[in-house]
Amino acid sequence: MSTYYAGLLADTGILMLGALSVYIILATGQLSLGNAGFMGIGAYVASWLTVEVGLPLTAALLIAAVFAGIVGVVIGFPALRLKGIYLAMATLGFGEMVRSFFLNFEPMGGAGGFSGMAHVSVGYIWLWAGGVLILVSVLERSRLWLEIRATHDDETAASLVGLNTTATKIGAFGFGAAVAAIAGGLFAHHQVYIEPANFGFERSIDLVLAVILGGSTVAPGALVGAALLVMLPETLRFLADWRLAAFGTLLILVLLVRRQGILDRGLFRMLTLRRQGT
Amino acid sequence: MSNPGILLSLIDVTRTFGGVQALSNVSLDVHAGGITGIIGPNGAGKTTTFNIITGAYEPTAGEIYLSGQRMTGLRPYQIARAGIARTFQNIRLFSSMTVWEHLLVAQRPKGAALSRFLPAGLSKTQAAVEAERALTFFGLEKFRDRPARSLPYGLQRKVEMARALTAKPHLLLLDEPIAGMNHEEAEELRLLLLKLCQDGLSILLIEHDMTFVMNLCERLYVLDFGRLIAKGTPDEVRTDPVVLDAYLGSEA
Amino acid sequence: MSGALLLQQVVNGLTLGAVYTLIALSFSLVMGILGILNLAIAELFMIGGYVGFTLIMAGAPLPVAIIGGMVVAAAVSVVIEKIGYEPLRDAPAITPMLSTLGFSIILQNIATNLWGSDPLQLPDDRLGSRIALGEVSIGTMQLLVIGASIFLVAALAFIIQRTTLGRALRAVAENRDVARLLGVRANHILLIAFILSGVMAGAAGVLISLHYAAITPYIGVETGLKAIAVMVVGGVTRTWGALLAGPLIGLAEVATISYGGSQIRDFVVYGLMILILLVRPQGLLGGARSDHGPRV
Repeated sequence: MSTYYAGLLADTGILMLGALSVYIILATGQLSLGNAGFMGIGAYVASWLTVEVGLPLTAALLIAAVFAGIVGVVIGFPALRLKGIYLAMATLGFGEMVRSFFLNFEPMGGAGGFSGMAHVSVGYIWLWAGGVLILVSVLERSRLWLEIRATHDDETAASLVGLNTTATKIGAFGFGAAVAAIAGGLFAHHQVYIEPANFGFERSIDLVLAVILGGSTVAPGALVGAALLVMLPETLRFLADWRLAAFGTLLILVLLVRRQGILDRGLFRMLTLRRQGT
Repeated sequence: MSNPGILLSLIDVTRTFGGVQALSNVSLDVHAGGITGIIGPNGAGKTTTFNIITGAYEPTAGEIYLSGQRMTGLRPYQIARAGIARTFQNIRLFSSMTVWEHLLVAQRPKGAALSRFLPAGLSKTQAAVEAERALTFFGLEKFRDRPARSLPYGLQRKVEMARALTAKPHLLLLDEPIAGMNHEEAEELRLLLLKLCQDGLSILLIEHDMTFVMNLCERLYVLDFGRLIAKGTPDEVRTDPVVLDAYLGSEA
Repeated sequence: MSGALLLQQVVNGLTLGAVYTLIALSFSLVMGILGILNLAIAELFMIGGYVGFTLIMAGAPLPVAIIGGMVVAAAVSVVIEKIGYEPLRDAPAITPMLSTLGFSIILQNIATNLWGSDPLQLPDDRLGSRIALGEVSIGTMQLLVIGASIFLVAALAFIIQRTTLGRALRAVAENRDVARLLGVRANHILLIAFILSGVMAGAAGVLISLHYAAITPYIGVETGLKAIAVMVVGGVTRTWGALLAGPLIGLAEVATISYGGSQIRDFVVYGLMILILLVRPQGLLGGARSDHGPRV
């Protein structure tokens, strides 16, 4: 495989993990525009652990995921008070705060960024990406996911049939943050150099975009969306300077023609030939 | 506190919204195994009473007991788990779920906590049996895999009630269960509710249709402007001058 | 810090705050009435800035430049409403938000291709004189920015509070269905909200490019996000809260740069925004508690 395609494949895997982190939180009806912040936390913690502490990458990623997961839970509590676009704006603020924090955090290079990480292979990235995708896909068929969907559809009705929607929503924030941190840690060890600007608002938006384009009702939607976001600008290269405008146009067209995203439950069921019921 | 025949008691419950008293000093008992009704003109505080019982609102003052256990201040899901289920005046079904999924979602999973995280197919045991039973009881077999929200109104009411019942409640709260139903449907529901009662369920319902209420309920409470103005058997309430006065001109 | 320098900072903060106020009003016109975050406003602001900038370089007088920026931004806003919002009105709020993002990408690409990705500088001779007040010198441009902002806000206030159109806007903001029943042509009104929003954003773009005497295609994202914070601090549905919040955040920003270094300012601004969302979702000025918006 050429380095060019390997690079695209790695980008797709990392973006898909980031998109899954948004997907998990969105599944409970909460839109986060700040998941790049969790990615940033994961990237910095994992890089510090491998470069300064000398831990192996897998251990570093797990620790970073747990750490970000705890931050996610802490963020999840105040998030309970907010809904819809208000929550989206608060998470946007959180993401910008994290970026601004690392900009001022001199021990990790501040605005100058941080480097020294060992480059990681595409195979390793996809071990994580595939693993998390399978994990989420399995969870999607569980009773837990039924509770998550109930919380998403109608929180009041869900709590009145005995579901602890608070725990569900906070748990989703924690889980989503942990997945974002893994994406961030892999990103850091793929790029071998990170700076705060890597984890700004545009990154958060990319993650949301991948989910919405790919389809926000089934986990593999994140894979479709990530692949699309990585490959499209490449395929549009022939348009030279205008490829971003073409990309923006395509984005609007997809939203107009198929607002539920490319994959939805119906299409996914057809593709996987799942039997009716259960 | 624990009077054996009484399942639910509200004691002097008051609720104010920004200075306005929606409920003032309402006391009410629901007897185990019976059907109790709450009636009253629009805006009398009936739905507020339901919202307070289920924990959606906390009472400003007063206490709520279920089988002698204090419910006041508990969160809605805790109250639901204690054995109170409800339906809504405006049906509230889950938009992404099929009928079948509605019958699974309210059940309390038994056994190992881990099974919650496993694909439903693997842990398909008790829950599926219960869901199947509810499906048959309400005659919803044909619509098992249909999105619940796509069904006609009457069937949606049934799905909502079935969902409430799969939670295995001791007390079922029904908010205007026959609104929008024709005579046959209402009669069908009446028989269904009687059957449920025979099986030991207690029911508290809000309904505007007086014939339906009078034919079904053993005890009635009458609310007006957030106050309890009368209580008793349907016959006692029907002839109560205070009730007649409250309804004068406002009831067809 | 000397008193004179402090005064200088206050003037800088107020100038920045005036521009924030305009963009925040632009955001809250769409947000308050339609409940969606129009992310393209950041780029309308940038495009308006470039148009004004180009007109000034071509020798046009200032008012013409400002009006030019407003007209172009308003025209683009109409396109966004017709293509990106109207067909998606009944979709969850996240969908039109992302379609406006599509327009952001397109607008930024157009700006980069037309004007290049390097900053454009306004030559000194176009900047006007500075007025010396003892040790303080205030650029006439700064006064112009503040003056023009006040004028625009007053004009918007007049439209919203005193005209039939404004009453209709407020009615639709209150409840779209009721407004329709009362005979307000809701579609028409929504389009007008987008136009007014574009006008404010375009003007703000011209004014900030005058303030900085420079412009880049990336000015929209940074300033636009900050304006969202201003809108929140002022109260999302309390349009006029931005009048207080804009200067407040402008001053807070200038103050944190002076005392804590320029990098810490975003931390402070967004921290304040989250705090407001959590403890006073109705905004600093308070009033009726806003609802928490439609579910995504």
